[in-house]
Amino acid sequence: MDIRTSVDAAKMSPLKLAIYAGLCLLVFIAPIWFQGFGQLFLVRILAIVGIYVMLALGLNIVVGYAGLLDLGYIAFYAIGAYTGILGGLPLSHWLAATFPQYPWLPGMSYFIMIPFAALAGAITGITLGTPVLRLRGDYLAIVTLGFGEIVRIALNNNIFGITNGAAGLPKAGESVPKPFPLEWLQNHLYFSWPNFGSTGFNFTFTANVYWYYIIVLLCVFTIFVVRRLDDSRLGRSWTAMREDEVAAASMGINITGAKLYAFSLGALWGGMAGITFANFQGFVSPESFTFMESVFVVSIIVLGGMGSVPGAIVGALVIQGVPELIRGMASSGLLQTLTGIQVSAEAQSAISNYRYLVFGALMVIMMAWKPQGILPSKRRARELAPESEAALDESNQTLYDAQHDTAHPGEDR
Amino acid sequence: MTADVIIQQLVNGVTLGGMYALIALGYTLVYGILLMINFAHSEMFMGGAYVGLGMLLLLTSKSFPAHAFFTGSAFGILVLYVIVFAVAAIAIGILGMVIERVAYRPLRHAPRLAPLISAIGVSIFLQNAALLWIDSKAIPFPRVFPVTPLVTFAGASVNSLQILIVATSLILLFVLDTFISRTRVGKAMRATSQDREAAGLMGIDINYVISLAFFIGPALGAVAGVFHGMYYGAVVFSMGFIPGIKSFTAAVLGGIGNLRGAMLGGFLLGIVESLAAGFLSTGYKDVVAFIILILVLIFRPGGLLGESVVEKV
Repeated sequence: MDIRTSVDAAKMSPLKLAIYAGLCLLVFIAPIWFQGFGQLFLVRILAIVGIYVMLALGLNIVVGYAGLLDLGYIAFYAIGAYTGILGGLPLSHWLAATFPQYPWLPGMSYFIMIPFAALAGAITGITLGTPVLRLRGDYLAIVTLGFGEIVRIALNNNIFGITNGAAGLPKAGESVPKPFPLEWLQNHLYFSWPNFGSTGFNFTFTANVYWYYIIVLLCVFTIFVVRRLDDSRLGRSWTAMREDEVAAASMGINITGAKLYAFSLGALWGGMAGITFANFQGFVSPESFTFMESVFVVSIIVLGGMGSVPGAIVGALVIQGVPELIRGMASSGLLQTLTGIQVSAEAQSAISNYRYLVFGALMVIMMAWKPQGILPSKRRARELAPESEAALDESNQTLYDAQHDTAHPGEDR
Repeated sequence: MTADVIIQQLVNGVTLGGMYALIALGYTLVYGILLMINFAHSEMFMGGAYVGLGMLLLLTSKSFPAHAFFTGSAFGILVLYVIVFAVAAIAIGILGMVIERVAYRPLRHAPRLAPLISAIGVSIFLQNAALLWIDSKAIPFPRVFPVTPLVTFAGASVNSLQILIVATSLILLFVLDTFISRTRVGKAMRATSQDREAAGLMGIDINYVISLAFFIGPALGAVAGVFHGMYYGAVVFSMGFIPGIKSFTAAVLGGIGNLRGAMLGGFLLGIVESLAAGFLSTGYKDVVAFIILILVLIFRPGGLLGESVVEKV
C-alpha cells in the first residue's frame, strides 16, 4: 500500500461513476416504487435507516475520527427531538392562560426549528464535554453512558414540567405543524397506472415519502460535511490525536480544543437527526432514547468500519434495516409473495420474535470474522494502531516490503 | 425525613450495596486482565437468577422425592439454599467461560472496540434467549426462605434476608480477596493483569487465568442474581441491565481493576442510591448514582481506590 493508492482513488473510474449514478437513481426511485405498489412499510424502514445513517455519521466524528468512545450519544438525539417538538407545539400549549383568544396560533415548523435543535445538541455537547473530555477512553465511555441515562430519566420524570413524562409529547389533541410544501404535495401529487404490474401502480405523495426525501437530503449534506472534515486540518489533528495523544500535543495540536470540536459537532448532528426523527414520527417519548439505541448506533459504526462513510450506510442498513425488514415482510405477507413459501401466523410471529436473537449472534460472528468492519476506511486500514498487535504486524510487514522495494528502484509494480 | 427512615434506608442501601459489590467484582476482574468492559456480565446476573429459581422450584416441587426434607426443617432450608446457590454459581460460571471462549478469545488481538461490540451481541442474544425460551413475563420467586425482622434499633429493622445477603457478600468478598492476594493462582492473575505478555513469558498459562476470571466473575454475579430474585420476589429477562450498569458504575467508582475498590464502590453506591430514593423521589435515584459517578471521575479519575495512572509515552 502506498501513497499513490489514495491519489488514484480520488479520480473516479467510469465504472465507479456508473455504479454511483445507479445507486443515486435507486435511492431516488425506491420510495416511489414501494409507495406505488403499496409496500408502505418499506418507505418507512428506508426513512428510519436514513436517520440512523445520519446518527452514525455524526457519532463517527466522535468515535471514528477523534477516537472518543461515546456510549450516550442518544442523549443529544433526544435533546434535538424534544427541542423540535417543544418549539413545534401550538402556542396555545404555552399561552392558553394568557391569550385564550388565539387558540389557532401554530407552533414553529420543522425548518425553523432545525437550527435551534442542532444548536441545543451542540450546546449540550460543549457543556458535557468541557469537564469530561480529559478522561481516558473507557471512563469517557461510562460517563457518557451515565449522561445518556440521566437525560432519559429526566425526560421520563417530566423535568421542568415540560416533557410530559413517559406519556410523551405532543399531548392528545395537539400536533406539530406540517413543514412547508407537504400539505400541497399531499393534495396535488398523485398518479396511477391501473394496468401496471399485477396490482396496478398507485402513487400518492404521503408524509413518509416526504420525510424520506428530506432525510436523504440531510444524509447527502452530512456525507459532504464529514468528508470535508476528514480532509481538513481539524480532521488531520483528530487522526493524529486518536493515534497518539502525547505525540499530537507535542506537535502543537490543542488536544482539548480538538476533542471539544469533535464532541460538539457530533452532538450537533445528533440534535439534527433528533428533530428530524421527532417530526417524522410526529411524536416523542422517552422510550425512544434508551441505552440500547446508543448501542445500536455504536454497533453500526463498528460493524460498518470505523471512520468510513459507506461503512456507516451499510451498517445502518444491516443493523436497523434488516430486523425491521424481516418483521415488516413477515407481517405484510411480502415474504410469501417473494419466496413463494407459505408463512403461517405462528411462523410470522416467530420470525419477528427471533430477529434480535439472530441479530445478537450475528454481531458476535461478525466481530470474530471481520473486526475492522465490513467496509473499513482506507486511511484507517493503513494506519498504525499501537493497541492492536495485528495492525502492528501489518505495518511491520509494509515496512519490510518498502525496504525491499527501495532495493529495486524504478521497478514498477 | 426522620432519623428512623434514614437508618432504614441505610440498611436497605447496604443490602443493595452487597449485591452491587458482587456484580462489580465480575466487571473489575475482567477489566483488570483484559481491559475490556464485559457488557454481557449483566446477563450472567440475570441467568443466575433463572438458574437459582429453576433449582428452587425443582427441589421444592411435590414430585421431587426429597422435597419434604428441604422445606421441613431449618437445616433442610439451609441445605436447599446452599445447593441452589452452588448450582447457579457453577452453571453460570461455566456459561461465562464458554462465552469467553466463543465470543472474546478470537478477538484478543482485534481493535479495542471489537470485543465490546461482541459483548453487546452476547448480551442481546442471552436476553432474547431468556425472553423466547423461558418467559417474557416476570416469574415470581417463591418465599421459601423465612423473612423475619431480626434486629430492631432506632425505629429501623433488619430482616433475616438482608443479613443473609450482606453476610454472604462480605464472606465471598473476603474469600476472593484472600484467593487473589494469597494463593499462587491469585498471584498469576495479578501478574497477568499487570502485563499479560510478560506473565506469559514467565510461564503463566494466560488462557487458564482468563478462563478463571470468566468463571469467578459470572459465578459471583449469579449469586447476586439469586439474591436479587429473593429480595425483590421476581425474576424477569430484562432484570440484568440496570443493576449491571450500576455495578459497572460501582466498579469505576472504586477504581476499576481494583477488587477492594469494587467492593467499596458497590456498598457506597447502594447506600447513596437508597438515601437518594428517600430524600428525593424514587424516579431520580438512578440520576443521583450517575451524577456521583461523573463527579468522582472528574475530580478523581482513577476512582476512589485506584492509583492515578500516568499516561505512558
